[in-house]
Amino acid sequence: MDYLLTEDQIMIRDLARQIAVEKIVPVRAELDEQNKFPTDIMKAMAQADLFGIYIPEEYGGLGKKSFELYIAIEEISKACLGVSTSYAANALGTYPILLHGSDAQKKKYLPNIASGKHLAAFGLTEANAGSDASGVQTTAKLEGNEYVLNGTKQWITNGGEAQIYTVIAITDKSKGARGASCFIVEKGTPGFTFGKKENKMGIRASSTTELIFNNCRIPKENLIAREGMGFIVAMKTLDCSRAGVGAQGVGVAQGAIDECIKFAKGRVQFGQPITSFQAIQHMLADMQTQTEAARALVYSAARMMDSGAKDFSRASAMAKLFATDTGMKVTTDAVQIMGGSGYMKEYPVEKMMRDAKILQIYEGTNQIQRNVIALDMIKEASRQK
Amino acid sequence: MNIIVLVKQVPDTSEVKINRETNTLIRDGVPSIINPFDMFAIEEALRLREQHGGKVTAVTMGPPQAADALKETVAMGVDEVVLLSDRAFAGADTWATSYTLAQGIKKLGAYDLVIAGKQAIDGDTAQVGPETADMLGIPFIAYIKKIEAIAGGKMTVERMMDDGYDVVESSLPALITVVKEINQPRLPSLKGKMKAKNLKVTTLTAKDINADENLLGLKGSPTKVVRIFPPAPRGQREILSGTIEQQVDQVVKKLKEQSLV
Ligand SMILES: Cc1cc2nc3c(=O)[nH]c(=O)nc-3n(C[C@H](O)[C@H](O)[C@H](O)COP(=O)(O)OP(=O)(O)OC[C@H]3O[C@@H](n4cnc5c(N)ncnc54)[C@H](O)[C@@H]3O)c2cc1C
Ligand SMILES: Cc1cc2nc3c(=O)[nH]c(=O)nc-3n(C[C@H](O)[C@H](O)[C@H](O)COP(=O)(O)OP(=O)(O)OC[C@H]3O[C@@H](n4cnc5c(N)ncnc54)[C@H](O)[C@@H]3O)c2cc1C
Repeated sequence: MDYLLTEDQIMIRDLARQIAVEKIVPVRAELDEQNKFPTDIMKAMAQADLFGIYIPEEYGGLGKKSFELYIAIEEISKACLGVSTSYAANALGTYPILLHGSDAQKKKYLPNIASGKHLAAFGLTEANAGSDASGVQTTAKLEGNEYVLNGTKQWITNGGEAQIYTVIAITDKSKGARGASCFIVEKGTPGFTFGKKENKMGIRASSTTELIFNNCRIPKENLIAREGMGFIVAMKTLDCSRAGVGAQGVGVAQGAIDECIKFAKGRVQFGQPITSFQAIQHMLADMQTQTEAARALVYSAARMMDSGAKDFSRASAMAKLFATDTGMKVTTDAVQIMGGSGYMKEYPVEKMMRDAKILQIYEGTNQIQRNVIALDMIKEASRQK
Repeated sequence: MNIIVLVKQVPDTSEVKINRETNTLIRDGVPSIINPFDMFAIEEALRLREQHGGKVTAVTMGPPQAADALKETVAMGVDEVVLLSDRAFAGADTWATSYTLAQGIKKLGAYDLVIAGKQAIDGDTAQVGPETADMLGIPFIAYIKKIEAIAGGKMTVERMMDDGYDVVESSLPALITVVKEINQPRLPSLKGKMKAKNLKVTTLTAKDINADENLLGLKGSPTKVVRIFPPAPRGQREILSGTIEQQVDQVVKKLKEQSLV
């Protein structure tokens, strides 16, 4: 399939691919086994300018958009979803500043994010606020020139590794969802600590921790947008990053296909390579067709977003939903085609299958995506009536 | 610091064929890369610039397409590049190559350090570094595996030896050649690639570098290649087949037969 990429897009894809092949593939099993954050790989990606792709040139980035970011995410995801999650969650943590930050906030934080010197993270989820983000209990109280944060965020990607955290906290309980606000908290601020690193099924190279705020005082200027805008910032942020999770699904699916077809060609049973069995051929055909359809959906969502469309919640939700369900299905089928070998750690597909599962859960479960899509359809239908 | 890196474009395989009549390499159709050892030279220059500030200039002597190699160095972060290219340079041996490079370097103005690879993977002589240093009249140190310090017009380096390493101090400017132990070359960056894409590579000709044409190219090359040949295979060989296990069994059996184990 030819997506008519521009010269610059091809350049980004090829460089991301080079990093994936040269730096990530050789160590991904070890990172997974040892639950190890890919510090060296992040450095190499920073040096290659991959962290600046979607950040405007005036803040030290390359001035490209979501499409280019997704291309990079897809390539890295082919090699390792643990690494790509650390990379993509950095963008997730950056979007609140990029979309809603003041010029001063952008000037202060974006150049270091673009250069990869500082990693970012996004803290919304809490023990009682998962799918239902309105359950957030972390509070922020204005005292003089400072906000005082109290509460605990749960399962935050890049926790402990990131320097910059965009965090949702309640500034006015009486206002419900309109009482939440978004703040920038820097690592090292007194009263801000991290819980233990989670021991996960997959994406084990990524760091997932609690963020613990205990009378953590931050300057008033660290409020993003205005008080009460927290959920709007969060929802716009997720709209932008969700299709990127779709790109992760496309990447891991393609990575699994590439591995399993290589294996299948060489695996002989009943005196012939298993690729000569039509049952296997049809699985391969379905896997590639679904992956290609997912890719097309992710790319169209990105192009819609980048064209300046105002409301693209449905498009990004569909891209996330379809591409991550595809990622799960295709990695599962890749294990099936490889049989017992697919189940063994000698081959990368068992990790890909374990890794793929998270894509259906984070940044809104796929049930929640279906809710978003259906509600938007119903809203549209009642408008048209 | 002003650092000059010598970069050679080489064919992307050590298995290039040889033209039996002219005894020269057949380079057609073989993709070109930067000589792998020169990647370490580039990386070291970039690291020194990051520590000490200044500028890195990559210089190559070669045909017009060697500009591609220079663009690659820009993609990695090199500031300026110079291509020495002229029909008069063709057929140069290491001596004439070094003369050309030295003349080119002189043209670039003041510099603190010249870094070259240990050797080129095609020519393989390891002579261009020392010869160029000699023609520039500056100190030369080979096989550097670490630059310990640079300060006050002096540097301290570690020179790799068969049985360890020497610590050598030298005045600057100097020319060093580096070995692969010195660092791990970085990948190109997107900004670098974009800069490289639009770059017009500066080309200097024989006239531009005030070269004496009698010292250039084939004419200026004292070396005459009499014959190039692959060494004849020695001794009897046998290639085993079968699975790895079967092959191991055969090896063990044969070694036992000959009472070698
Ligand atoms: C590895 C990892 C990394 C993460 N990284 C981050 C991060 O960086 N930042 C951050 O803020 N959060 C992060 N999260 C949190 C993640 O976004 C949430 O786990 C996710 O939104 C789901 O919330 P939950 O786990 O509480 O599930 P729950 O909300 O408890 O859902 C449980 C089940 O109920 C279903 N369900 C819930 N409500 C509905 C409904 N209305 N209709 C239908 N089905 C429903 C869900 O689909 C799910 O199947 C991360 C989570 C993990 C596991
Ligand atoms: C008689 C003779 C005729 C030859 N004729 C030809 C010919 O017609 N066409 C042809 O392509 N080759 C020819 N060569 C080969 C050519 O002379 C050598 O490749 C060249 O001089 C470099 O030597 P080397 O490859 O051994 O490099 P080395 O001395 O092994 O290289 C050491 C380092 O010097 C630097 N360096 C070497 N060459 C260059 C360069 N050109 N520009 C910048 N830096 C450099 C690099 O940093 C390199 O890592 C000929 C060689 C001989 C002996």
